[in-house]
Amino acid sequence: MLHLVVCIKQVPDSREIRIDPKTNTLVRLGVPAIINYYDLHGLEEALRLKDEFGARVTVVSMGPPSAEKALRQCVSMGADEAVLVSDRAFAGADTLATSYVVALTIQKVEERWGTVDIVFCGKQTLDGDTGQVGPGVACRLDIDQLTYVEKLESLDLETREVTVHRHLEDGVERVKARLPVLITALAELNRPRRASLPGILRAARYQPIVWTTNDFPTIDRAKIGLRGSPTIVSKTWVPEPKQVQTEWLPSEDSAAAATALLDHLYSTDLPQKLGWA
Amino acid sequence: MAEERKRKPMIGLQSDTDWSEYRGVMVVVEQRAGVAKAVSWQLLGEARRLADKLESPLLALVIGHQVQGLAREAGYHGADRVYICDSPELASYRTRPYSRVCLYVIREYKPEIVLMGATYAGRDLAGAIATHLPTGLTADSTQLDVDDERLLLASRPAFSEKMLATILCKQFKPQMATARAGVFEALPRDEARSAEIVVVPPQIDPEDISTQVLGFVESLERVNLEDADVIVAGGRGLGGPGAFSLLKELADALGGEVGASRAAVDLGWIGHDHQVGQTGTTVRPKLYIAVGISGAVQHVVGMQNSTYIVAINKDSEAPIFRFANYGIKGDLFQIVPALAQAVRARRSGGLSPEGVLEPMSAAGRGE
Amino acid sequence: MADERFDAVVVGAGPAGSAAAYTMAKAGLKVALIERGEFPGAKNIFGGVIYRRQLEDLIPEFWKEAPLERTVVQQSMWVLGEESAVMLGHHNQRYKDPPNCWTGLRVKFDQWFAGKAEQAGAVPIYETVVTQILRDGERVVGVKTDRDDGELYADIVILADGVNSLLGKQLGIHHEWGPDEVSLAVKEVIALPRQTIQDRFNLEGDEGCTIEIVGQTCQMAGLGFLYTNQDTISLGVGVMVSDLKKARVKPYAVLDGLKQHPMIRKLIRGGEVKEYSGHLIPEGGFNSMPKLAGDGWMVVGDAAQMVNAVHREGTNLAVTSGRLAGETAIEAHKVGHFGVGALDAYTRKIRESIIHKDLKKYRGVHQLLGFGDSSLLFDKMPQALNDAIYNMLLVDGMPKKEKQKKVMRYFREAAGGNAELVRLGMKGWRAMNG
Ligand SMILES: Cc1cc2nc3c(=O)[nH]c(=O)nc-3n(C[C@H](O)[C@H](O)[C@H](O)COP(=O)(O)OP(=O)(O)OC[C@H]3O[C@@H](n4cnc5c(N)ncnc54)[C@H](O)[C@@H]3O)c2cc1C
Ligand SMILES: Cc1cc2nc3c(=O)[nH]c(=O)nc-3n(C[C@H](O)[C@H](O)[C@H](O)COP(=O)(O)OP(=O)(O)OC[C@H]3O[C@@H](n4cnc5c(N)ncnc54)[C@H](O)[C@@H]3O)c2cc1C
Ligand SMILES: Nc1ncnc2c1ncn2[C@@H]1O[C@H](COP(=O)(O)O)[C@@H](O)[C@H]1O
Repeated sequence: MLHLVVCIKQVPDSREIRIDPKTNTLVRLGVPAIINYYDLHGLEEALRLKDEFGARVTVVSMGPPSAEKALRQCVSMGADEAVLVSDRAFAGADTLATSYVVALTIQKVEERWGTVDIVFCGKQTLDGDTGQVGPGVACRLDIDQLTYVEKLESLDLETREVTVHRHLEDGVERVKARLPVLITALAELNRPRRASLPGILRAARYQPIVWTTNDFPTIDRAKIGLRGSPTIVSKTWVPEPKQVQTEWLPSEDSAAAATALLDHLYSTDLPQKLGWA
Repeated sequence: MAEERKRKPMIGLQSDTDWSEYRGVMVVVEQRAGVAKAVSWQLLGEARRLADKLESPLLALVIGHQVQGLAREAGYHGADRVYICDSPELASYRTRPYSRVCLYVIREYKPEIVLMGATYAGRDLAGAIATHLPTGLTADSTQLDVDDERLLLASRPAFSEKMLATILCKQFKPQMATARAGVFEALPRDEARSAEIVVVPPQIDPEDISTQVLGFVESLERVNLEDADVIVAGGRGLGGPGAFSLLKELADALGGEVGASRAAVDLGWIGHDHQVGQTGTTVRPKLYIAVGISGAVQHVVGMQNSTYIVAINKDSEAPIFRFANYGIKGDLFQIVPALAQAVRARRSGGLSPEGVLEPMSAAGRGE
Repeated sequence: MADERFDAVVVGAGPAGSAAAYTMAKAGLKVALIERGEFPGAKNIFGGVIYRRQLEDLIPEFWKEAPLERTVVQQSMWVLGEESAVMLGHHNQRYKDPPNCWTGLRVKFDQWFAGKAEQAGAVPIYETVVTQILRDGERVVGVKTDRDDGELYADIVILADGVNSLLGKQLGIHHEWGPDEVSLAVKEVIALPRQTIQDRFNLEGDEGCTIEIVGQTCQMAGLGFLYTNQDTISLGVGVMVSDLKKARVKPYAVLDGLKQHPMIRKLIRGGEVKEYSGHLIPEGGFNSMPKLAGDGWMVVGDAAQMVNAVHREGTNLAVTSGRLAGETAIEAHKVGHFGVGALDAYTRKIRESIIHKDLKKYRGVHQLLGFGDSSLLFDKMPQALNDAIYNMLLVDGMPKKEKQKKVMRYFREAAGGNAELVRLGMKGWRAMNG
C-alpha cells in the first residue's frame, strides 16, 4: 500500500501576532495556533491519493506538546496516524536543525509502518517563512524534491512515477519524477476538506504518538535545537521608509496637471532610460 | 523507502574545519532558455558592493545549456570570475543535477558567501545545497551587508512582515542567502568589463537523473512587476474594479504594468499577482505612479526604491506624498485619463510641449 | 452516521452547556459537547460579570484556575443626565475574600469551562452546527449536524444553544421572540494599558469595578454597562428591541452616544477598540420560560430564558440550570428511563432553585420595561434626578426649603403630575417584588 507522510507545523495565527516593543520578540501568548495553511493542502492531497488508491497517511510534526491539537485535526480529516516529536532539546531549531529531526522522524516512521512513497510539505510556514525545510528533508532522505506544486496530474503505481505542475514566476512546468519524492504544496493544489463527524469523534479519542530524543538512539545532539542551528538572529527592528521632498503640481485643471507632470518627467533622465525620446 | 535505490546516509556536520581559505562572493545566475532572470543581475550589483568591502573577488556561477553568452553577460554585470557548467542535461532546472554542480563549485573554489534569487528555483536549489554542505541559509533577504569579521548580515522581513531581522551564520562557510527580486539595483551593463571564465564539468551521470521536465507553459497574462520599468498602481481610492481599466490605459501608454495596493486586492478588484508591498511584490521600476493609494508603510516598503514616484490622491495629507517626487492633489477620475491622453499625444510626437492636445481616436474609450 | 452512541449530547458550549457536560462527564456518562464556534466562546459575548456562588457549587475554588479578569471590589450605578451623572456606588475590600464576583471575557472563560468538561471526558465537537433534532415519534433521539455523516444519537439531548434557540423552535417549545421579550446588546472591548485602567478607576492590582448606567439611551428602555478587565474595558448598552424598532435607531448609535458622554469619554480616552459585537438578551424572564423537559430532552440557560434582567445575571443561572439538568440525566441513566416522567425532575429542581425564586421576584420588570413610555423612565426621570441634585448642591443663595420644592417639581414635571409619579413608584415596587 502507498505510504504517504505529511509534515505539518503548528504556527501562530499571523493575523494576531504582535511584537513586544521591549524585547523585540514575538508575543505568542494568547495568539491562537493554527495548522500552517499550506500544510493543510499537503494533507488534503495525501488524503485524495488515499481516497483514490488506498494509502496509509502518517502526519509528523516537530513542535511543543500543544501541537497535539493540530495533529488531532489532521486525524479528524482522515490521517491514519500522527506523530509528534517533542522535546525541549529541539527548541530553537532553524531550518537545518528542523529538517534533520523531521527526516529522522520519517525514517523512524518507515521502520514502523513501512517505506514511504511521498512526503508532503507545505510551500512554506507562516512563521518561519523560508520554504527551506522541505528541500532540507528531501536532501537528508536523499530523495527527489518537487517544490511549489500546484497540481498533481497523475500518479502511476506501475511505473512508480508521479507527474506534477510546478508553479514558477513566469509559467508552469510539468515535471515527472520517480517515487519516492518530496512534494511541497501550494494553495492552488486543492481545497482542504472539512472533517466528517466520525472523523471528529475518532480524533477526539486519538492520542498522537509522541517521540522525544530518547526515541532516537542515534540522534546527534550537536545537530538539534539551538545548538544545531547555524543561523543566528542578531537583531530585529521596524523599518522606516525614507522620505523625499515632494514637488506639487498645479491641479485645478487636470489637463494642465498632466502636461505639467509630463514636462517634469521629460526633464529627467527618464525618457532616455525608458527610450521615450 | 526506495527499494530500487540505496539511499545515502545523512550528512554530518563538519565541525572543526578551517574556513580561512573561503574567499569571494558568489552569485548563482538563474536563467531560462539562455535569458537571465533580472534578479541575478540585481544580486551581482549588490554583491559587487559586498565583494569590494571584503576586498575579495565577485564570482558568478552560470548553469545551463548553451549559456556561454550568459557567462560573458555576468562579466558585463560585474563578475570578476564566472564558473560555467554547460551541458544538455542542464537545459532545464532540476534540483539534483544543479545542486551537484553548485556543491562541486563551492567545495572546489570555496566562496565565503553564496547568493541566489529568492525565486521558486532559487529557493528550491538553495534549500537543498545548504542542507548538503551543511551551512546556514537566510531566506528572502531584502538587505545585505558584511561586517568587519567578514560575516554576512542578511536581513529579511520577519514575523508576518511586521519587522526586519538580521541573520548571521558564524559556524559555517559559505554563508548563504536568497534575496528578493526588485530590491537591489543591477550595475549598468558594461561590455568593456571582462571576466575570467572557468569551465566546470557536469557532476552527475545522466542515468542518475530520474526527474524529467516534460514541458513549460509560459503564462502570458501573468504580470511581471519585478521587471517592469513603469508601474501604475491603484488602491482603494479607485472605488471599484472598473477604474483599473483607466490605469491599464495609462500603463499601456507608458509601456508599463498595473500594480495595486493590498486593499484593492483584498476587495477582489484585481488579482494578487498585482499587489505591491511587503506581502506582495517588491518592485523597483524607474517610474511608479500611485493612484488612490494612501501610502501605508507596508505598501511603501515595496515600492520606495523606485527611481521616480508620482502620487495622485485627493487627500493632500495622504502619507504617500511624503515619498513622492511629484504630487498631484486631485480626483483620479479626472487626472488619470488626462494623463493617459497627454502621454499618448506626446509619445506619438504630435504635441509640442506647450501645445494643444490632439483630437484622440481613442477618446472616450476608457470607462 | 457515527457508529457511536452517546448517553447525552449537549448542544452549545456556553456556560449552560459546559456545566451540563461537565456534570455528566464527571459522573462517567458518555457525553458529546457540540459547539458551532471555532472554539467555545469564539463569538460569545456578555458584559460580563461572573459570580462565585453557583459555579463554585460545580467546581470548588474555580477562580484559582479560571481565566478571570479582575475581582470586583466596587460596583456603582450611574444615572446620566445630558452632561452630568448621579453616582451611587459601593466599594468594599471585603469583596475580595471571599470573592463575590469577577469581570471576565467569554473568549477565555468559555474556552476554559468547556476545557474542564473535556478533561472530565466530554467529547468536544466544535465548528459544528446542529441543524436538526432527530426524533422517533415524540421522542428526541439525537441531533443532526452540518458535517458529513453528521447524525449523532443519544439517550438525552440537552439544548443549551442560547437565546435564539433554533432547536427550541424545532421542538415547538420556543417561538420567535417578540420584540418586547428581548433586548439587543452591543458591546465594545476597548484596550487600555493596565496601569491606566487602575489609575482611572482607582483600583489596585487585580481589583476591578463595574458601572451600570441608566439614562442617555436615546429615550429607550435600556441599560449601559462598563466593566474593567485586565487591560481592556467592556463598554456596552442593551436596549429593548421593541424600542429600537419604534425609535428606528441603530443600536451602535446608542453606544456611540454613550461613548460621547463627558463622563464616559474620559474613562475610555486613548483606548483602542479591539472588538465590537452584538447579542440578544432574553428579557421575558419568568413569564417567558418555556417547558423545560420532555421525552429525551431538557433545555437550559438562555435557551430557557433564564436571565435575571435586573441584576444582569445570566451565566450563573445558566450554570445552575446546566448542573441541574446534568444531575437529572445522571439519575435518569441510573434507572434507564429517559421519558418525560424521568426528565421532568429537572423542572422540579429548577422550581426549587434560586433561579425560579429570583426570576419570579422580578416577573413584573418585563412589563415595566415594555409599559409604554420608555422615555419617562430612561430619559426624563434620570435627567430630572440630575437637575435636582445639581440644584441641591448649587450654592446660589436660594434657601434650602425652596430648593427642595423646586427639586420635587423636576420629578413631578418629568412624570407628568403628582398622580403619575406615585403610580410610577408603585409600578416599580411591584415589578421588583413579584
Ligand atoms: C502584515 C501586513 C501586510 C501588508 N502588506 C501590504 C502590501 O504588501 N501591500 C499593500 O499595499 N498593503 C499592505 N498592507 C495593507 C496596508 O496597511 C494598507 O491597508 C493598504 O496599503 C491600504 O491600501 P490603499 O492605500 O489602497 O487604501 P486606503 O488607505 O484606503 O487609501 C485610499 C486612498 O485613496 C484616496 N482616494 C479616494 N478617492 C480618490 C479619488 N477619487 N481620487 C484620488 N484619490 C482618491 C484616498 O484619499 C486615500 O488616500 C499590509 C498590512 C499588514 C497589516
Ligand atoms: C451584553 C451582555 C451582557 C451580559 N452581561 C452579563 C453579566 O455581566 N453577567 C452574567 O452573568 N450574565 C450576563 N449576560 C447574560 C449571559 O451572557 C447569558 O445569560 C449566558 O451566556 C447564557 O449561557 P448559555 O450557555 O445559556 O447560552 P450562550 O452563552 O449563548 O451559549 C450558547 C452556545 O450555543 C452555541 N450554539 C447555538 N446554536 C447552536 C447550534 N445550532 N449548534 C451548535 N452550537 C450552537 C453558541 O455558539 C453558543 O456558544 C449578558 C449578556 C449579554 C448579551
Ligand atoms: N517543525 C516542523 N515539523 C514538521 N514539519 C515542518 C516543521 N517546520 C516546517 N515543516 C515543513 O516544512 C515546510 C516549510 O517550512 P519552512 O521552511 O519553515 O517555511 C512546512 O510547510 C512544513 O510542511
